[in-house]
Formats: sequence, C-alpha cells, structure tokens
Amino acid sequence: MNKNVVMILAVVALAILPLVLHHGGDAEFSGADGQAEELITEIQPDYEPWFTAIWEPPSGEIESLLFALQAALGAGLVGFYFGRRSATPKNQEPDAHPLAAKHAQH
Amino acid sequence: MHIMEGYLPASHAIAWGAVSAPFVLYGAHRITKLVREKPEVKLLLGASGAFVFVLSALKIPSVTGSCSHPTGTGLSSVLFGPTVTAVLGTIVLLFQALLLAHGGITTLGANVFSMAIVGPFVAYFLYRSITKAGFGLSIAVFFAACLGDIATYVTTALQLSIAFPDPVGGVGGAAVKFLGIFAFTQIPLAISEGLLTVVVVNLLQKYSRKELSLLNILSPKAA
Repeated sequence: MNKNVVMILAVVALAILPLVLHHGGDAEFSGADGQAEELITEIQPDYEPWFTAIWEPPSGEIESLLFALQAALGAGLVGFYFGRRSATPKNQEPDAHPLAAKHAQH
Repeated sequence: MHIMEGYLPASHAIAWGAVSAPFVLYGAHRITKLVREKPEVKLLLGASGAFVFVLSALKIPSVTGSCSHPTGTGLSSVLFGPTVTAVLGTIVLLFQALLLAHGGITTLGANVFSMAIVGPFVAYFLYRSITKAGFGLSIAVFFAACLGDIATYVTTALQLSIAFPDPVGGVGGAAVKFLGIFAFTQIPLAISEGLLTVVVVNLLQKYSRKELSLLNILSPKAA
C-alpha cells in the first residue's frame, strides 16, 4: 500500500485511540489551554487577567464555525496548490528535463 | 499552547513581544527578498502558510484525556527557514486572537515566541543536522516537525511557569505542573504532525520538484 496512505491511517488511529482508551467517560477532552488557565488560578488564586479579548465568538457554535472556516481556508489552499501542480501536462514533467533546463539558465 | 488574553503579567507580555518582534521583522524582510528572487515559490509559500492554518485549527483528543492541536510550522521551517515561518505563524496567531478569542493581543508576543520562533528553529536545526548526518529527507522532516511541535509546547509551559511560579515548588515546581498539561498531551499529536508533514513533503517531491530544487531541498542532481 502507498506509504502516504499508511501514514494518514496512523494519524487517524492516533486521534481515535484516546477516545477508545477513555471509553468509560472518565475524560472530558477539554482543551489543554483551558486546563492551563485552571492551573494558573490554582497557583495564584488572586490573579486577575488585566486585559480581555476585544471580541469573543458569541457562542460555542460560532466558535466552531470560525474554526471550521480556518481549517477550510487552509485545506482549500493546500488542495489548490497540489491541484495545480499535479495538473501540469505530462510532457513538462519528465524527470531530469525541466531541472536540467533550469540549471543551464544559471 | 495559546496563553490566553490577559493571562501574562504586563511586564512579561511586553518582554516576550520585544523578544519576538525582531524575528518577525527579519522574516518579513526575508519573504520580500524571496518573492523577488524566486517568484516561482510564491504559491508554495502560501500553501505552507495554509498548512499552519489547517493544523492549528484541529483540536485533536490525546491520550491524557484532553485536547490540543498541532502547529503545522515544521513544513515551512524545512522549506523556507525559521524566520519566514515566524511571519506565517504570527498571521495565524493574529487570526485566532482576533476572531476566535484564542490566545490574545497581550499574549501574542509570548505565543509567537513558542509557536512561530522556538518550534520553527528547533525544526530547522533538526532538519539540517539530520540531513547532514546522511539520513533521508523523510526521516529528517518527521523528526523536525514532531520535535518542533513538542518544543513549542515545552516553551509555553516554561513561559507560564516563569510567570506563575508555584508557591511551594517555585518556577521548577510550576514547570512540572504546566509540562504535565502541555507536553504529555502533545506527544501523540506531535507524532501526527510529523507524519502529516512527511506526507506533504512526499507529495511535493512528486508534484513540485522544481520548487524543491529552487529552495535547495532537493539538489538538482538528486532531483
């Protein structure tokens, strides 16, 4: 099987494994950033954040929307890149040829 | 690894901003130069920035029972070097600070330092040393991306422990606690990040040899 497919399957397995390990509902899967915030409050209970976010997503739904947008924009551009490159006509892709030409220009 | 808005004392926030700014400014200068000298790699630069965008949006469950996200900075560190990556990472962190209330403006300097400077420098250094030692590109890219990711999270933990030393254990005691949250959670995610970065570099070797040789990732001979 293609090496890339194997690696992608490994990534998927690594993401699913924690859900299986904590199957009994003994884990909240809260964000590490939030846990760090709790720890700060524990270490220094009187610490008051001195600045608050200028704008916050009004709800968890909107936050998910924006995260999805971030991922979609990124994935879209990466996909666009490979789409363009892999669509190069075959006759421009023989192995050494374009590179040899490039080399000769210098 | 996002230190939240207002969660660093002002003096720390300013200090991290001052430390990070020169890297980002130099990176911006490098990008201008790169785009002028090698306009062919412009689209790849955009795609590398986009890779940071995707990966840092993915909050993935970890074996510790909490969620965290990869950084995606290893790819552009290998391709374009760490200071160019500092600029790409800063753009993503700004997006998240302004639109998602993830991280913040006051903590931007500290977050840029961990995700867009330390991680990329570690990644770049590992990539260079591992390829120089004669190992293949995939091995070098895997360890660069994986350990660069870990380095980012270790940095965040240390930044927080300097700002919030443990009343009993001091900075070291706090570091143990913060590392407990960030570093262990990150291990499987860092492995995922290493694998995904290798997949992208494999695809680049297949479809983007010209850019890779322009960036001296593949020598024209090996390509």
